[in-house]
Amino acid sequence: MADIVLDKVSKKFPDGTTAVRDVDLEIADGEFVILVGPSGCGKSTTLNMIAGLEDISSGELRIGGQRVNDKAPRDRDIAMVFQSYALYPNMTVRENMAFPLRLAKLDRDTITQKVDEAAKVLELTSLLDRRPANLSGGQRQRVAMGRAIVRQPKAFLMDEPLSNLDAKLRVQMRTVVSRLQKQLGTTTVYVTHDQTEAMTLGDRVVIMRGGAVQQVGPPQELYDHPGNLFVAGFIGSPSMNFLPATVDEGRLRTALGDLPIGDRIRRELEGVDAPRELILGIRPEHFEDAELIDEETRRRGIEFEAPVDIVESMGSDKYVYLTVEGERASAAELEELAADAGAGDFTGAGSHLVTRLSAESTVTEGENRRVWFNLEKIHLFDPSNGRNLTLHEGRSAGALAD
Amino acid sequence: MSERTHATPAGADRTDTQTGGRHVAVPRQRAGRRAKPPLSENKRAERKLGWLLCAPAALVMLAVTAYPILYSVWLSLQRFDLRFPAEREFIGLQNYVTVLTNEFWWTAFGVTMLITVVTVAVELVLGMGLALVMHRTLVGRGIVRTAALIPYGIVTVVAAFSWRYAWTPGTGYLANVFSDGAPLTERASSLAIIMLAEIWKTTPFMALLLMAGLALVPEDLLKAASTDGATAWQRFTKVMLPVMKPAILVALLFRTLDAFRVFDNIYVLTAGANETSSVSMIAYNNLIRGLNLGIGSTMSVLIFITVAIIAFVFVKLFGTAAPGSDDGERR
Repeated sequence: MADIVLDKVSKKFPDGTTAVRDVDLEIADGEFVILVGPSGCGKSTTLNMIAGLEDISSGELRIGGQRVNDKAPRDRDIAMVFQSYALYPNMTVRENMAFPLRLAKLDRDTITQKVDEAAKVLELTSLLDRRPANLSGGQRQRVAMGRAIVRQPKAFLMDEPLSNLDAKLRVQMRTVVSRLQKQLGTTTVYVTHDQTEAMTLGDRVVIMRGGAVQQVGPPQELYDHPGNLFVAGFIGSPSMNFLPATVDEGRLRTALGDLPIGDRIRRELEGVDAPRELILGIRPEHFEDAELIDEETRRRGIEFEAPVDIVESMGSDKYVYLTVEGERASAAELEELAADAGAGDFTGAGSHLVTRLSAESTVTEGENRRVWFNLEKIHLFDPSNGRNLTLHEGRSAGALAD
Repeated sequence: MSERTHATPAGADRTDTQTGGRHVAVPRQRAGRRAKPPLSENKRAERKLGWLLCAPAALVMLAVTAYPILYSVWLSLQRFDLRFPAEREFIGLQNYVTVLTNEFWWTAFGVTMLITVVTVAVELVLGMGLALVMHRTLVGRGIVRTAALIPYGIVTVVAAFSWRYAWTPGTGYLANVFSDGAPLTERASSLAIIMLAEIWKTTPFMALLLMAGLALVPEDLLKAASTDGATAWQRFTKVMLPVMKPAILVALLFRTLDAFRVFDNIYVLTAGANETSSVSMIAYNNLIRGLNLGIGSTMSVLIFITVAIIAFVFVKLFGTAAPGSDDGERR
């Protein structure tokens, strides 16, 4: 058990690329921290540096208060779980799990006892004499976890451990990982590119982009109060809608109509170098069918009419895709997010809004529908640096706040 | 080896025909072992085509391999000395008795075994080292690999001559390094030089085969081992070696078979003087120089049998070698 502190940790590769830049992170004892970001954001490199599999170019890494920059992985007392499971193919499940204990020169009885214990926790007892080749993906994953927990290390490091499993099993293993971590109370650093995993698993989530930390916080906080455009776009599924907005005579001109703005935002936008072009961000669930809104709620938002493109009924609610005239919002962050989602080269005409309406809505494809959205929940971003302008003391307060 | 390669197409053909008649769309790999349905017209034609396509290669193999082997077996059962052609007659296994009770044969056999065991063992160690270097080198990878492979690229006889001149007193730069005498005129030093030449020549080949094996060890496995607490040596012995065992066995098989037939270096360096002949050497001396087709063929057949036994032992080892037989599912 130990805390892990990264103090201005950077990684420069010999070819001059900087994979990780000045990462500051304090992971408390027993905490479950997720490193998440698109591929190439430096999350795996960061994990490898904690494990000691990559050298740290500058900065300091402390585990349990002790500087470990120059320690070999074997002297750091950490266990790692890999995406490929990395089970030793020539050993049985029992031998795989006993391997770290055998290297630690424990006596035979202790080893047997510890392996049996771990196997019981992970329901591997009946598989102990099999070889990895004869196991399913989920079983291999559990063996890899077993090999990690068996020697009670100071910390677990997990590098996309569930990415090779199929969707159903992944959800199932997610709860296994979560329960195990709670049960053992071991400090855990978990790397994933899947924002759903990040949201559901961690005590805190670290969002990384291009080797730098974007925002650190509990999942809900990142969702409700994203610090910048990248975090806002990365967290959430379906992701946040982004539209260009222009500041004009104290109002915001957007494709959804003119929006009023509150005093605080107005003050923010009065500066000489304040941006005139903004990006408006609205989460799908902050839209609602205008017919289903009571007067009280209606006053907090604004309505617009748009043609309905597609309706996806999810049972509990409806995802409705609306077509909106005008340009798409553009910013470096958004392009990066689109590229990561594999839609970088997919650009239709005009832009689409994804909205999540109540299941009771009678919306049908092809019609023009009046839709309401909540002004208190919208975000405004500066396209030049991605900063969230609606954020005030770490809280997002919408556009109307005074 | 040729038997194995022949078996594959025939086997694949069979699974094909088993399921083919019933379920044409089923991919080959999925086809389980089911009851044989009657062959469809289509499948039968395909099978015939398969045989026809294999036929030329099979015929060539028969002509250049099977015929000489059988002919030498036939010769080995006769008294057949070209100096006394009139005395040619069938004598059964008499030649084998002659050879196997002959002191020269066993000396040569011992020399050959010694050369085989020592060179292969040393080559394995050096080759593994070289393979690790070539695998790990980050800068100048191409140059390192090319440099390491140069000895293998030189014709054996040419290399052997350069070694001979190097060890010849008066002309050679190595002749007087260890003693004042002529190293190639004494048995122990001659054998050592022969083995040195062999090792120098074929270590790169070993390294090349082992490097292919090294590439099979997943990077994650080594990372996992280091976080599990393994030292570099433990990673090598407990993770790398077991995973690359099949590659090591292939390399050993190739080299052992090769080493057992050692000829060129001995022929050039000592010509078999001072009891440094290998079995190939004395077979050559009897068959080509002595013109004794019967005895020479007998020796050839014995070499063939020994090589076959070595191959058989290795192939048996292969069977149990595959570690948990990793069947692509992981990758």
